[in-house]
Amino acid sequence: MGVILGVLASHWWRQPAQFITLISGLAVATALWTGVQAINQEARTSYDQAARILSGPAMANLTSPAGTMPLSVYARLRRAGVAAIPVIEGRLGSGQHDIRILAYDFLSLPPPDAPGQVDDDPATLFRDGDIVFASPETARKIRAEGWVARVIETPRLLQDQVVMDIALGEEMLDMYGRLSRIMIPPDAADQARRIATQLTLVMPEQATDIAALTRSFHLNLTAFGFLAFAVGLFIVHGTIGLAFEQRRGVFRTLRALGTSSRRLAVCLTAELLTLALGAGIIGILLGYLIAAALLPGVAATLGNLYGASVGDTLEFRWQWAASGLGIAVAGTLAASAGALRRVSTLPPLRLHNPQAWMARARADFRFQSVGALLLGGVAILSYFFGSGLIWGFVLLAAVLLAAALVLPRLLLLLVDAMGRTDRGPVWGWFWADTRQQMSGLSLALMALLLALAANLGVGTMVSSFRATFIGWLDQRLASELYVDTHVPGQGAEVRAFIEAEGLTVLPIIDAMSTVNTVPTQIYGVADHATYRDNWPILSALPRPWDVVHSGQGALINEQMANRIGLAPGDRLDIAPGWQGVVAGVYSDYGNPAGQAILGIAAHKVLFPDVPETRFGVRIPPDQVDGLRDRLMIAFDLDADNFTNQAEIKAFSIGVFDRTFAVSAALNVLTLGIAALAILTSLLTLATFRLPQIAPVWALGLTRRELARFEILRSLILTVFTFVAAVPVGLGMAWILLNVVNVQAFGWRLPMQLFPMDWLRLLLFAMVAAIAAAILPMRRLRRTAPADFLKVFANDR
Amino acid sequence: MIVRAFLALMVMLATPMVQAQGFAGLGEEVQGFAMPDPGYRMQFPRDHGAHPDFRIEWWYVTANLTDADGNAYGIQWTLFRSAIEPGGGEGWQSPQVWMGNAALTTRERHYAAQKFGRGDTGSAGVIASPFDAWIDDWQFTAPEGPEVGATLMAGGEGFSYALNLTARGGVVLQGDQGYSVKSANGQASHYYSMPFFEVTGQIVVDGRTVKVRGKAWMDREWSSQPLDSDQTGWDWFSLYFADGARMMAFQLRGDDDKGAFLSGTWIGPDGASNPIGPDAITLSPMESSDVAGRSIPTTWRLQYPEGGVDIITRPLNRQSWMDTLFPYWEGPITFDGSHAGQGYLEMTGYPAR
Repeated sequence: MGVILGVLASHWWRQPAQFITLISGLAVATALWTGVQAINQEARTSYDQAARILSGPAMANLTSPAGTMPLSVYARLRRAGVAAIPVIEGRLGSGQHDIRILAYDFLSLPPPDAPGQVDDDPATLFRDGDIVFASPETARKIRAEGWVARVIETPRLLQDQVVMDIALGEEMLDMYGRLSRIMIPPDAADQARRIATQLTLVMPEQATDIAALTRSFHLNLTAFGFLAFAVGLFIVHGTIGLAFEQRRGVFRTLRALGTSSRRLAVCLTAELLTLALGAGIIGILLGYLIAAALLPGVAATLGNLYGASVGDTLEFRWQWAASGLGIAVAGTLAASAGALRRVSTLPPLRLHNPQAWMARARADFRFQSVGALLLGGVAILSYFFGSGLIWGFVLLAAVLLAAALVLPRLLLLLVDAMGRTDRGPVWGWFWADTRQQMSGLSLALMALLLALAANLGVGTMVSSFRATFIGWLDQRLASELYVDTHVPGQGAEVRAFIEAEGLTVLPIIDAMSTVNTVPTQIYGVADHATYRDNWPILSALPRPWDVVHSGQGALINEQMANRIGLAPGDRLDIAPGWQGVVAGVYSDYGNPAGQAILGIAAHKVLFPDVPETRFGVRIPPDQVDGLRDRLMIAFDLDADNFTNQAEIKAFSIGVFDRTFAVSAALNVLTLGIAALAILTSLLTLATFRLPQIAPVWALGLTRRELARFEILRSLILTVFTFVAAVPVGLGMAWILLNVVNVQAFGWRLPMQLFPMDWLRLLLFAMVAAIAAAILPMRRLRRTAPADFLKVFANDR
Repeated sequence: MIVRAFLALMVMLATPMVQAQGFAGLGEEVQGFAMPDPGYRMQFPRDHGAHPDFRIEWWYVTANLTDADGNAYGIQWTLFRSAIEPGGGEGWQSPQVWMGNAALTTRERHYAAQKFGRGDTGSAGVIASPFDAWIDDWQFTAPEGPEVGATLMAGGEGFSYALNLTARGGVVLQGDQGYSVKSANGQASHYYSMPFFEVTGQIVVDGRTVKVRGKAWMDREWSSQPLDSDQTGWDWFSLYFADGARMMAFQLRGDDDKGAFLSGTWIGPDGASNPIGPDAITLSPMESSDVAGRSIPTTWRLQYPEGGVDIITRPLNRQSWMDTLFPYWEGPITFDGSHAGQGYLEMTGYPAR
């Protein structure tokens, strides 16, 4: 047994590149899988902890129409037994240097976790007062301004946000004895409503079950982990197949010397298990590093999307380490099952012939086509009959794998077509040789297809989401500056003041009504290009704004349309005395309530008592500050009365981009693995391509020319694969947006195309292809002519 | 909860935890706070209220209760005031921190809850007259003064109580005219008790309402450094004797080589008090129990030869553990021997194993 193992191992000794390929492929695949598992588990553990802390993610909020409320409300709530948490918020600085201050009672709600920094001297936190929490970037900024004694860096906080104890916040914002809002546990909502009758209670938008909310996010991550692992397995499968094939002579000799096929299979399995365990352990360590690097981003995402708090330090837990090792071993065995079976049924005296491997691989194509058909069937069934998030992912997986399996066949067709174009003997050889290599490269190309498609798909989804989100911001904030006088009588004067400066003022009025027993906010807006140009309408009658301003229709938000089951053209009763049609449906992300928009004239007829206090002002962005200052002086307004579009937009988009930073990182990682797969495939192919290249060289092609052809081939195949990946990626994006997201978020997002992103990805893939081809090419260029000649010396 | 505990801890402590001395940092050096004065004479209702220039202060009520079937219960209602620095300040700027502890003990279980409040925000505080002490919805109210009677309310997970206290006696000054010495080095506090309340009312245990009656004892104490730096904790007894007499006894445990500092007060049925000197009482632990990972003496022998007292005390529930920010043992006890009766025992500063 020991001897057999020694003989088997000697192969790896002679083929270190193959060995490194196998180990790194398996390790990287395991690493991504483990990293994702580690992140998921860390997040879930955090939810458990969070659930135990009073803070809970979803608190109701008591707010005041006046903006602030006296501290006595807080005392009344507390004395009634409501576990209220007082909050003071505000901004310091002006323009770009704005810092958002969030101050609350650290005694009733712990300050943000800042690992290792609070514990060293806890007493200073509260007693000295001048302790604040901020993200590292913000910390640098405020240190530079020198306005606080001690900043504790807390990566999870948003940019330009500073968290502090309420005593310090009250002082900095000069809000002595006032509160901005009071957080209330949702189960005490009724009690709070009875006590604070003058205040508005805003219930949390989502249910408090973070685990359910974030399930889709974790499923997303897990799917990514699986994808990466599948890509890695392509590498392992290819390498192991090749190693078995190359050792066929060894197997034959061993069998001829009396080793039973059973014993040989046992030894090979033992070898594989050892390799899998070794690579698995490396992979787990790498996975830990990946997870540790990604966790702050994940924590930010979960915080922003769902309000779930996750710590950003990673603990080593045996569960995900074990799952990583398990999947490394299982994956290796799965990837090598076919090769093992062939060895155990191998007739001992069959000739060793690497070409046979190629020939059989070609037969595999037929098998792959059948697989692709089956997977296509699964995809169709899951689309039409499956429901729920899981089936969305099944659909996704089936489509991706089917596409991957079809790819080699498709590429062969293309290569054949190219081969038929007559451009002389060298090109004829080139295409024939490419065809020959296809079988060896097909696995790597499939991996590349998966990675590219995933990149395109996720990229398109995120970009569509982002574009929609920005569109939504534009809808809400189409004007450059918003003024809210709060005081009814002042509205007309302010409006006159602004109009006197020659600016367009767009009044915004709203009232509550009940539509189909659901409380609905009814807006009245002016007839202006601002709305016609910007409003993100999902579906509508022709010229919807004309319908709205003629008083015959209303626009409603998507939530309302879905809830009542309305489509453009349907009849709608908004309030007694108004009947019309649904002119269109618009997206309104993040708003749980129904909303409708009427023309301002119709609104005034329906709700004559609603005063005009809010205005949008169209003004060149660089004049916003000036107008704001003039209004402040003329009408004794303060910062609370203004909303600056640019500030809010920049802030919201910053939040969004941090939210999807993790997806981007995982995307790059999977693409990196695919590049590795191409590299390793080319490397392994190069080792036994000599017999095919030698005759061409003997016919007069220089090594330099041959090397150039190698690069060209790598590029051509990559470009072909990319072309095939575009429709697959778009399909994936469509599934993500129309199936998975609908299940996960309840929003159907319009898909948008971003060809510039594709171009960037194509360039990236081409760079990867060139990089992957350079190593084998350099080796080819350095091959001594004697080695080429040896091919013929051994010729039979 | 760890972070929160940390936070509240550092609020309560004047220096970082590693340097904290004695139980809950009560043995630390302090600067700027008022110090107990042997010449101070208490006045009421003024001294029912808070003394914000002192670092630490508490309003402490315990009651031994029984229901119609003779089952015994104990309740605790405590409001601590701790100042980060002396004096006042408006709203959040005030350096005063409030902490409330409430508990209910049955033979089978011990329920405990805790609340925090800050400064001068109205969520917690004490008014001397008409007397009102509160933290959130826990209340200890005596509109006509505790010398007449009071109502007491608190609750937490699994328990609540609402009790009427009727005073059958007045204020008893502990130590020398309310100046209670705590160590041989002269650490001291201002300390008085009201040990003659009769109680009626109801408790709610796991959703079941039970009518109860019994006796209650209020302790009031304020100081700025009540413990010597090497004192690690205390054992405190309040005892009701069958003939109507009361007794308070405590020992402050010091380093091993130095031994404990003992003190007490004998209170006759008429309220006449008689201080007991450090050498006149002996407290001997008889039996320890495993409580929250610590070995805690739950059975004691108390000897006060001058009063002919030689008794053994036993807890209603050995696991009367207050798993609060500063964890300690507090629960109802019964005793027999030379005398029989009931009372309350509080033990602090026993280290975890």
